[in-house]
Amino acid sequence: MNSPEDQPVISVEQQRYATWLNWGMRSGLALLVVSFIAYVLGWLPAFVPLEDLPKIWGLSTTEYLQQTHAPTGWDWLAQTAHGDYAGLVGIAWLSGCSLLCLLAIMPIYARRKDWAFVMICIAALIVQLVAASGILSSGQ
Amino acid sequence: MWDTSLAKLSATGSLLKANAALLLVTLALFTAGAYAADSVPAATSTLPWWGWALALFITCFFLGIVAVPSGVGGGVLFVPIVGGFFPFHLDFVRGAGLLVAMASALAAGPSLLRGGLANLRLALPLAVLASASAIAGALVGLVLPATTVQIALGLTILFIVALMATAKKSEFPEVKQQDRLALALSIHGVFRDAAQKKDIDWKVHRTPLGLVIFTLIGFIGGLFGVGAGWANLPVLNLLMGAPIKVAAGTSGLILTLASSSATWVYLSKGAVLAIIAVPSVIGMMLGAMIGARLLHVLKASVVRKMVITLLLFAGIRALLKGLGVWM
Repeated sequence: MNSPEDQPVISVEQQRYATWLNWGMRSGLALLVVSFIAYVLGWLPAFVPLEDLPKIWGLSTTEYLQQTHAPTGWDWLAQTAHGDYAGLVGIAWLSGCSLLCLLAIMPIYARRKDWAFVMICIAALIVQLVAASGILSSGQ
Repeated sequence: MWDTSLAKLSATGSLLKANAALLLVTLALFTAGAYAADSVPAATSTLPWWGWALALFITCFFLGIVAVPSGVGGGVLFVPIVGGFFPFHLDFVRGAGLLVAMASALAAGPSLLRGGLANLRLALPLAVLASASAIAGALVGLVLPATTVQIALGLTILFIVALMATAKKSEFPEVKQQDRLALALSIHGVFRDAAQKKDIDWKVHRTPLGLVIFTLIGFIGGLFGVGAGWANLPVLNLLMGAPIKVAAGTSGLILTLASSSATWVYLSKGAVLAIIAVPSVIGMMLGAMIGARLLHVLKASVVRKMVITLLLFAGIRALLKGLGVWM
């Protein structure tokens, strides 16, 4: 175990970011593993039968979507009763956990009147939210 | 005791070399039937779905073992190798690749932040631009023809091989004076070097140029789904002057944000298949855990040479496949 003098001095916001990231990562991975087990063991029905996948996973996304009528955008949320889409909940959670970390550290920067980093956090949040919203993807 | 340590090191090195050789042979065998997929997808796979999922898990497990000691991200190994030797369309491979890169970085992130090796003040400004450009890269990648992306991927991987083979590292780069932007944003810090048992003050310079290059790196990472660990490190270390350990830790933190923004795009476009993404992520993370333990007993230079060989093979394969020479 490290002695106290070996411990690095870490800022409060960095400590908080690490704590939130740790919980976000662990819970996301747990979701991913549980949903995948339910999917491959058939506890949850599959939207696209597992046996059919080798015939279609070589198709481009566009062709795959046409052939399977799989949902795009956020429509997959309505299909989470299916094993293949339940797995996407863990993926979305892992992708989104950084958003929560940014929200958690913004009040610390604001209390310190570190407005430059408040603005940087807001910019990072906007970028993540725009990406998550699907606005850019649907515009194509 | 010294002899025992040497023997242990040698045995571990041999084991890793054997793993790499096994991986190459396995991949070459997969190639035989795997990627006629572009033309006749239905007739390509003789393995059942679970066979491919298992093969993916095993491959990613081995890739995870070498990804950590070599200092490259998992994504840059995953996309050319899985894209080149498995029957999945490159769209789905790139979606999974970003997820692999993000998950590996997320797993390491908390301990790097707590250890002072990842720095938020250094990471956040760079991550904002890298995230935004990664979205643009992902959108472009999903509308380009697969062959075009495959050729560009092959060339990019060969460039990365050249970069890895020639790039130098500087443990504590000399930064005489910070630029105005770095001063205004107070991008500096202290980290505890456990080896020397002392606090090391660090600061950065050339921040505006760093921001421009990170925008480009983010775009490439999103376009190919390879993440950006391979490029973040030299830019942070050699260009901006961050100590190598801080550069490596901060690179992972940037990756969590940049890869997640591009992952949303792939998710939204329906380019993430659970059967490809989940075994890859789990295999890579388990392998990375073992790789992190081997970090202390392995010679980084040996692992680095192995990874360069693997990437060279995968880069040539991607290029030839894109050109229609080696299907």
